[in-house]
Amino acid sequence: MKKLKSTLPNMVIVLTVTTMIAGFLLGYVYQSTAGAREKASNEKLTGAIRDVVPGFDNDPAADKTSLTAGGKQVTVYPAIKDGELIGCAVESSSDNGFSGKITIVAGFDRDGNILGYQVTSHAETPGLGAKMNEWFRGEGHRSVIGRNPSAKALKVSKDGGDVDGITAATISSRAFLEAVNTAAEGANEYYRQTSK
Amino acid sequence: MESNRITVTGSPHVSAQRTTQRVMLNVILALLPAMACGIWIFGWRSAAVAAVAIIACMLTEYVCARYMLGRRDSLRDCTAIVTGLLLAMTLPSSIPLPMAFAGGVFAIGVGKMAFGGTGQNIFNPALVGRVFLLISFPVEMTTWPLPLSPDGMTGATLLSAMKESGVDASSIDLIQISLGNMGGSLGEVGAIALVAGWIYLTARRIVRLVIPLSILGAVVLLAALTGNNIAVELLSGGLLLGTFFMATDYVTSPMTTKGMLIYGILIGAITFVIRHYGSYPEGISFAILIMNGCTPLINKLTRPRLFGERRKK
Amino acid sequence: MNFFKTIYRSAILENPTFVLLLGMCPTLGTTSSAINGMSMGLATTGVLICSNGAISAIKNLVPDKIRIPVYIVVIATFVTLLQMLMQAYAPALNESLGIFIPLIVVNCILLGRAEAFASRHNVVSSIADGIGAGLGFTVALTLLGACREFLGSGSIASLSIFPESSGALLFILAPGAFIMLGFLIAAYRYIQSRKS
Repeated sequence: MKKLKSTLPNMVIVLTVTTMIAGFLLGYVYQSTAGAREKASNEKLTGAIRDVVPGFDNDPAADKTSLTAGGKQVTVYPAIKDGELIGCAVESSSDNGFSGKITIVAGFDRDGNILGYQVTSHAETPGLGAKMNEWFRGEGHRSVIGRNPSAKALKVSKDGGDVDGITAATISSRAFLEAVNTAAEGANEYYRQTSK
Repeated sequence: MESNRITVTGSPHVSAQRTTQRVMLNVILALLPAMACGIWIFGWRSAAVAAVAIIACMLTEYVCARYMLGRRDSLRDCTAIVTGLLLAMTLPSSIPLPMAFAGGVFAIGVGKMAFGGTGQNIFNPALVGRVFLLISFPVEMTTWPLPLSPDGMTGATLLSAMKESGVDASSIDLIQISLGNMGGSLGEVGAIALVAGWIYLTARRIVRLVIPLSILGAVVLLAALTGNNIAVELLSGGLLLGTFFMATDYVTSPMTTKGMLIYGILIGAITFVIRHYGSYPEGISFAILIMNGCTPLINKLTRPRLFGERRKK
Repeated sequence: MNFFKTIYRSAILENPTFVLLLGMCPTLGTTSSAINGMSMGLATTGVLICSNGAISAIKNLVPDKIRIPVYIVVIATFVTLLQMLMQAYAPALNESLGIFIPLIVVNCILLGRAEAFASRHNVVSSIADGIGAGLGFTVALTLLGACREFLGSGSIASLSIFPESSGALLFILAPGAFIMLGFLIAAYRYIQSRKS
């Protein structure tokens, strides 16, 4: 078969046909994988929420609300069991990480005590700031689990607080605690609004 | 010329006994007071760190030169000893010895031999080793033993204390820190000893004044302009060690006076900016490495005109 | 040309990473571990085989002047399909490779092989070339990833060899990728020069 000449009609037809085939193919696969993709991305969020506030029977992702706390936009996922609010998971972030934004999901009970947390996205240095997902569940003064940031804002010991920051990663630790404090404010704000 | 045996080549002629080996021995001699100061302040562990770093450098130099470049006498010019000693002086005295060894291997292996050996390297090998360790083992490299305390207590350096915990610069005792009574790497604390070594090198005409003075001048000027404590700025951290002994390295600094001036001022400025606006408390090693990278460019820009060459219009 | 000879030539003699130095961005960006390097390599191989085959099949239908846009459309379609499939069925892998999956579109290896090989050879040899270049790329990335992972976190393919805390972080970070790649290229050249 001879190669097609580069005449205008040829070029227009070939490009149109190629892009149309590509378009149909993409559309078809997009449609047919839509369900699976949705499920995969929901699962990650629900998994994180289940990890930080266990024991709910609603769909927190469906009941989410956004509100402003500490001058920041946070997303609150209420955890409801048998029709009663048992706590909430709050997604908040800090822009003061060692290399940019740190996003966390933290779970609180009705009194504002921290039940658990997950760092969902960050760009901290591996081996240092990146350890925060494990570090703050550790032993003794490292742990933030069970603390109540709304009674006393969490601070690293270098700043006069009583949380031991990650060794050699004070900036990351500070940013993490800032995000936790913001989340706690968000949880309080949410409880105040719902009890009205 | 009285003797006919001398073959006269093109000018200029310099007659001196300035071999690399003699220069390096003088540098080692100039570093000894500061090293002794480190041993006095942080104990014999400092000497062990230095010994390990020097052995690592000499070993790497020998193996690479012998088996890759086919040279057997590469240790004779003593550059490996200087690299090892300088590297050790930028480390905390509490660093685990295998890490000091790895730093020495990286300094010579990657910082120098990968470029082709003595005289070919773009970056100061000792600083390559230090930055490798700083990035690789940040915990060990930023845990500083307290001065004159035998029980392994650790604390912050002045710069990190000022940066991270808001210690006020005016509360610092200048006499104490110029004697070296502060946290820091084992070779950077003895300010007076470092200055003594520098004066010796300058008097022996091994280093010129341009680079050190332009670095310190830039730092003093910036500190004065921004209202920071000038003396603390000069005496804290590795500024003096880097300025006197690393920025002045022949191989990695510019050749012309004008070039040295540009190089020095920019090192001072970058150091100041990293200290005050960057995320690391100290920036002299990064500043020197950055300007090492710019040196070929500076040399090209400041090349003197050839005799008789017309200025381009 | 013989099928296996083509594979050998594209994988070894014209190794995309060590000899042609193509596709440096994913090479440096995704090789923080052996598994990451290998999955990136395999993803690229998949797209490369499909795009080489498709481009070779339509080579006579494409007028010369618009060949590059057509190739880009073909490659971009395959990459987008791959990404949608990964989002649906391998979300964790998709997350760890991140932006580098869509960036396969601009990987020079794909356009390079399309232009230099697929547009001049028949479908079968083009597929062989895709397999060869893809495997060469995969092996190079896996090797680089394994070296970096070993030196940086003390393990190979997540099997711990020495404690993670004594790994040199530098090798996990970007500068370590450049340094390690340099040494691997040097070693490759040395071995090749010994052979000939």
